[in-house]
Amino acid sequence: MGIFAIRLPDIGEGVAEAELIEWHVKPGDIVKEDDILAAVMTDKAAVEVPSAAEGKVVELGGEIGQMLPVGSVLVRLEVDGAGNESEVQADTGKPAAPPAEPEPATAEAPVKPPAAAPVPRSNGTKPLASPSVRARAREEGVDLRQVPGTGPAGRISHADLDNWIASGGIQQGGVIRAQNTGIEEVRVIGMRRRIAEQMALAKQRIPHITIVEEVEMSALEDLREALNAKHAETRPKLTLLPFLIRAIVESVREQPGLNARFDDEAGVIHRHGGVHVGIATQTPQGLSVPVVQHAEAGSLWDNAAEIARLAEAAREGSIKRAELSGGTITITSLGPLGAIATTPIINYPEVAIVGINKMQIRPVWDGQQFQPRQMMNISCSFDHRVIDGWDAAVFVQKLKTLLETPAMLFVEG
Amino acid sequence: MSDISCKLLIIGAGPGGYVCAIRAGQLGIDTVVVDEGKPGGTCLNEGCIPSKALIHAADEFHKIARAPHGPLGICTGTPSLDFAKTIAWKDGIVRRLNSGVSALMKKAKVRFVTGRARFLDGKTVSINGSGDGQIIRAEYIVIASGSAPVELPDLPFGGPILTSSEAMKLTQVPESLAVVGGGYIGLELGTAFAKLGAQVTVAEAEDRILPLYDRELTRPVEARLDALGVTVLAGAKAQGYADGSLQTDQGPVAAEKVLVTVGRRPRTAGIGIEELALTQDGPFIKIDSYCQSSMRGIYAIGDVTGEPMLAHRAMAQGEMVAEHIAGHAVEWDKRAIPAVCFTDPEVVSCGAAPGEIAGTSSASFPLQANGRALASEREDGFVRVVWRDSDHAVEGIQAVGAGVSELSASFALAIEMGACLEDIGATIHAHPTQSEALHEACLHALGQALHI
Repeated sequence: MGIFAIRLPDIGEGVAEAELIEWHVKPGDIVKEDDILAAVMTDKAAVEVPSAAEGKVVELGGEIGQMLPVGSVLVRLEVDGAGNESEVQADTGKPAAPPAEPEPATAEAPVKPPAAAPVPRSNGTKPLASPSVRARAREEGVDLRQVPGTGPAGRISHADLDNWIASGGIQQGGVIRAQNTGIEEVRVIGMRRRIAEQMALAKQRIPHITIVEEVEMSALEDLREALNAKHAETRPKLTLLPFLIRAIVESVREQPGLNARFDDEAGVIHRHGGVHVGIATQTPQGLSVPVVQHAEAGSLWDNAAEIARLAEAAREGSIKRAELSGGTITITSLGPLGAIATTPIINYPEVAIVGINKMQIRPVWDGQQFQPRQMMNISCSFDHRVIDGWDAAVFVQKLKTLLETPAMLFVEG
Repeated sequence: MSDISCKLLIIGAGPGGYVCAIRAGQLGIDTVVVDEGKPGGTCLNEGCIPSKALIHAADEFHKIARAPHGPLGICTGTPSLDFAKTIAWKDGIVRRLNSGVSALMKKAKVRFVTGRARFLDGKTVSINGSGDGQIIRAEYIVIASGSAPVELPDLPFGGPILTSSEAMKLTQVPESLAVVGGGYIGLELGTAFAKLGAQVTVAEAEDRILPLYDRELTRPVEARLDALGVTVLAGAKAQGYADGSLQTDQGPVAAEKVLVTVGRRPRTAGIGIEELALTQDGPFIKIDSYCQSSMRGIYAIGDVTGEPMLAHRAMAQGEMVAEHIAGHAVEWDKRAIPAVCFTDPEVVSCGAAPGEIAGTSSASFPLQANGRALASEREDGFVRVVWRDSDHAVEGIQAVGAGVSELSASFALAIEMGACLEDIGATIHAHPTQSEALHEACLHALGQALHI
């Protein structure tokens, strides 16, 4: 028997450390080669670390949420044969956890001690209380099912009942609602921590200026409908996004300062030739921003297909790090939840973000009467350090014009 | 006889009815109790109390008879029994308790009317038939009419075919006794007669005795019956009685007397309950958690309301109903009703049996490892605890063993108070007593048993 140490591999792109976000094994588990041991999180993506050997897990290298340097021991396995480190070596690190004893599988095996009070009561379970407490509760009109018990197994004492009554728990004839004094501790780890850091950075460093403008969408919607009808059989349906991307590509052609990344440490703005459009995407783990690279080179359908592919990959977690980085401008949309206006936060170190709000029919005065029109607002934020309000307003007006007269999206000049 | 008007009329002076009456009297409610027999009902007159007297006499006789064969070095001559004197002693105890109950009711200013009640309507009852009979009008009426033994069509009561009440009035121990029905009543009396010298055979239709209890609990009772020379015919159907034999599908059984104990039915017929059209629950009167029937102002308690048909359940119901009528905030919220079989050994069951509730486990402690049990020559049996896995709340406690009926109080107390295994484990139990087995069963459940 030997000890085999599995170290955190070099995940690439110059990453020096990674955050441990999930253990797939625990001490005592038997793992085979290529079984997943743990998931770690780098700046952008979660990476699963497979086992390089077969054996029994004897030690885990860290706790969830801990930052592990690349090359540090992730898991120690007890393996047949020599292993890759001596017992003595292993002992110089953390003391190895004792191998877990298999639990005796007898019917009358001792059970774990009960949890400390107050104990949550499952639905339909009668509360535990002595007959005198029950009698007093009835006299006082208290429904004991609502009263938190602090005794063993959640038993309700006279003191619990006193506290309940003193806190005004009695509501004669009404529904009695228990105060929920529980506080759940949720550790901000993994992707949530990345999002938190990124948002804080953007808000701390970037003085945002946000402009909201309304856009009449009837023409674009007609065009979209016609295109979708024409290619219904052969091509995927177009959403609004590829049109918006095209509008952004056209707009930044005239205002390259908006398609940029601002290295504020060095004091340099990198104006990119290619338009790499980030698409803010909700995933089960949280907000993710996959990037449509070189949107200026793609057709409407190319971009549509790329958006669909990236969104799917982001949601199922198979997205690559490279696909989550390198954006030069970002679109954020909440679809039907998009409200009237939003204040989008710029995806640092970019300098502009285009938010689209929900589309709805609104009355518009045409000079003589109100007309029902398909209207949509756009809410765009800019880095006011490098973009003046004038430039921002010009950009927004350009977007409005392009979207309201979609032919201009496709006609040169 | 003048008619009576009162606030509360109770039909039946059994343990449910008389307790209800005493409590109501204490609460200042104008109360009348009607019963055609003596106060105390089945329990006091022909059930619990006389059977315990008989069991005690049988145990004493049996001990003396067996003493020369035992290990204690006691020598006696062959004892003889004047059974008529035994029965007279038993009747004396019953009489004492009759007058005791009467005195308690009188003290509570409860009026007792002897006679048979019959409903005229939901507020009016006639005594001893309609027409010229006495009329009692009451604001509230409590039906506590109890239950009666079930008769088998092939074995009509009369002559050698006895009810349990009749068996306790015999003046001679029968040579041979067949007991039809291996429930607790048949086994208690059958065992007593076996100890008094009768050749006893028990015919039970189910595949084992005490079919309402789990196998683990009944096994020590089976073993003891065997040791006492009682023959148990399991899965046997009684078919009739002829020529001094009980006919069964497993052959004839010599029986001077046949005791039929195949259950009890609620006594609802003949008192006009049908006319009230109260909602039934099978043959029983359906009640809510205040013991109210489907008709306003009419309550029902005890055996007429269904299983478990136990005197102490009826008493608790009676007490609660009196308080409910007095306007107190009460409700039936009992967690456990202990049940005891005064067989040999005794069986106690309180709360949930193993496996009855999902998410529970059980552990037991054998009396073989209990010093007091060994020192009393009775090491058969065990104490078993059932607890909820999630929080160790005790859901049930059962025991089988000689004299364990007295442990039933601590079982019920533990469950009613909402005790956890740790509570009982941390309570000092006196040494040397059988009660230590409960302590040890709980410790065992926690993986900390000391004496096993």
